Amino acid sequence: MKDLIALIVFGIVVAALPLFVSSGFVLNIVIMTLYAALLGQAWNILGGFGGQFSFGHAVFFGTGAYAAAVLQVKFGWNAWAALPAAVALGAAVGAFIGALSFRYGLRGSYFALVTLAFAEVFRILSNTFDFTGAGVGLMIPLTESAGNFQFTSRTGFLYVILGFTLAACLVAWWLKHSRYGAWLQAVRDNEESAAALGVNVFRVKLGATMISGALMSAGGVFYVQYFHYIDPHIAYGPGVSIEALLAPIVGGIGTLFGPLLGAAALHLFGELTRSFMGDAPGISLMVYGLLLVLMVTFLPRGIMGLLSGSPPVRKGGSRA
Amino acid sequence: MLELSILFPSVLNGLTTGAVYALIALGLTLIYGVLHIINFAHGALLMIALYGVYFLHQSLGLDPYASLPVMVPAMFALGYGLQRFVIGRASHGKDENILLVTLGLAIVMENLALYLWRSDTRTIETAYTFTTVGILGAMISIPKLAAFAGALAVCAVLLLLLAKTDLGRAIRAIAKERHGAKLVGIDVEHVFAMSFGIGLACLGAAACFLLPAYYVNPQVGNGFVLIAFTIVVLGGMGSFAGALAGGFIIGVVESVGGLWLGESLGQIGIFLIFIAVLLFRPQGLFGART
Repeated sequence: MKDLIALIVFGIVVAALPLFVSSGFVLNIVIMTLYAALLGQAWNILGGFGGQFSFGHAVFFGTGAYAAAVLQVKFGWNAWAALPAAVALGAAVGAFIGALSFRYGLRGSYFALVTLAFAEVFRILSNTFDFTGAGVGLMIPLTESAGNFQFTSRTGFLYVILGFTLAACLVAWWLKHSRYGAWLQAVRDNEESAAALGVNVFRVKLGATMISGALMSAGGVFYVQYFHYIDPHIAYGPGVSIEALLAPIVGGIGTLFGPLLGAAALHLFGELTRSFMGDAPGISLMVYGLLLVLMVTFLPRGIMGLLSGSPPVRKGGSRA
Repeated sequence: MLELSILFPSVLNGLTTGAVYALIALGLTLIYGVLHIINFAHGALLMIALYGVYFLHQSLGLDPYASLPVMVPAMFALGYGLQRFVIGRASHGKDENILLVTLGLAIVMENLALYLWRSDTRTIETAYTFTTVGILGAMISIPKLAAFAGALAVCAVLLLLLAKTDLGRAIRAIAKERHGAKLVGIDVEHVFAMSFGIGLACLGAAACFLLPAYYVNPQVGNGFVLIAFTIVVLGGMGSFAGALAGGFIIGVVESVGGLWLGESLGQIGIFLIFIAVLLFRPQGLFGART
């Protein structure tokens, strides 16, 4: 219950932020941090709670982003109507990839590789067909109004992304406290034991992939609405996949607040390096990569592990 | 319809590319077979090696093939150090951690290259870059032919090393039974690092054979990393003969697929093979182990 209250307090504090802060620069940082936390939490639900490390989460992000863009540009849908469709499509892609991978028993490194390959296949497809604007990408027409999911001020975007992120965190909270979540974590810790105890391993993992895909997809929709543009590289390139796994690993994998903390730490760190080293190409990503190596080496349980100080929950890795 | 006169050169071209792919995959499969880790930084390390060859050529005027005695030991040393002091320490006994660390290393190297050398695509020009020879009516450039022969030679050396030397025996022992090897007195950490070093030495050689007919930029490794994974999975993780055969298969598929479907869509064949093999035959075409 304590963590739920903390989550609500966090929501209220962020929601109250526009009352005190009017700087677009600051609001943009908050929005992008929440957005990174959303992607991170989506990854965390499958990777952290489910133990299935995906290296190609962009496949869900890109699907959401393209669904929103294509439905608006080619079919004239309203953006709000496109949102549930895109999220459903993200879950469907999750079901497809999950069903294939888990049906054939892919785990560990193999699962990471197959997700990466799926993201590449989707990238090449979206790069080839005119339906998705091919290599040029798709630009959604600019008609700023709240009814169109294109707010005139950043405050509107802030509330939407806060809502998305809180929803993702609530899912993570539910996973921590529900029977389904217990099954999922049992599967993560030892698949064979979980199966022996009567957990339907396949369905549990499939469910987590669908939830994760749906949330990631919502992140994709937000991206399109915020930046009005999507292309194959942004949608399905490795950048988003890395961004999604970075926040929970830095913050604390398999924890409720890990992705939030990680996203905040990463953005703070990113801004710091930018002010110290300038905006040279590659610098910020290089720092992120370095952070990833250092965290795994010295703080495998992330910032949360540092805060809680309790003994590690996870034991020995499963071999692929 | 495809004419044989187009198909044959395309297959030949695919075979020469495939030999270099095989060389890259051989390093990857060695590392996997011994350490049971998937080295995500393999592509980025190839990129570093390519830059090494490029700068040796630009600053010292060293011919790419003459760089072999420099690049192979240099990459070996880099690999030994990386495994011993970075990757080995980060593992905490979990495969996932190694996966993440090598991913992190790849990001660092790629972006360091971007920062230092910008995103320009660089090529080198040698006297023989555009020289071609005819084989049964198909024209093959000299660098590609050299790459084909060189890659095969390196593969042969590697297989001999594994079959005949004490180090090779130790590597194979650890690949089969890690704890048993430790019990009979093999220095596991040392052999791990040696294997990683040899894996990267293959990349050093591959870079020397690749650059005369190819290019280098900070992202160049990305294209190779998934191809190398595909080959390794196709041939069976840890199988050397499999990596060799897989390299040729993928080289030809890419070349012929590109002919049929065009450059962009042609790549998709590789990934579809990759996914299909992972799903239906994860032990690979030739692998017996699961």
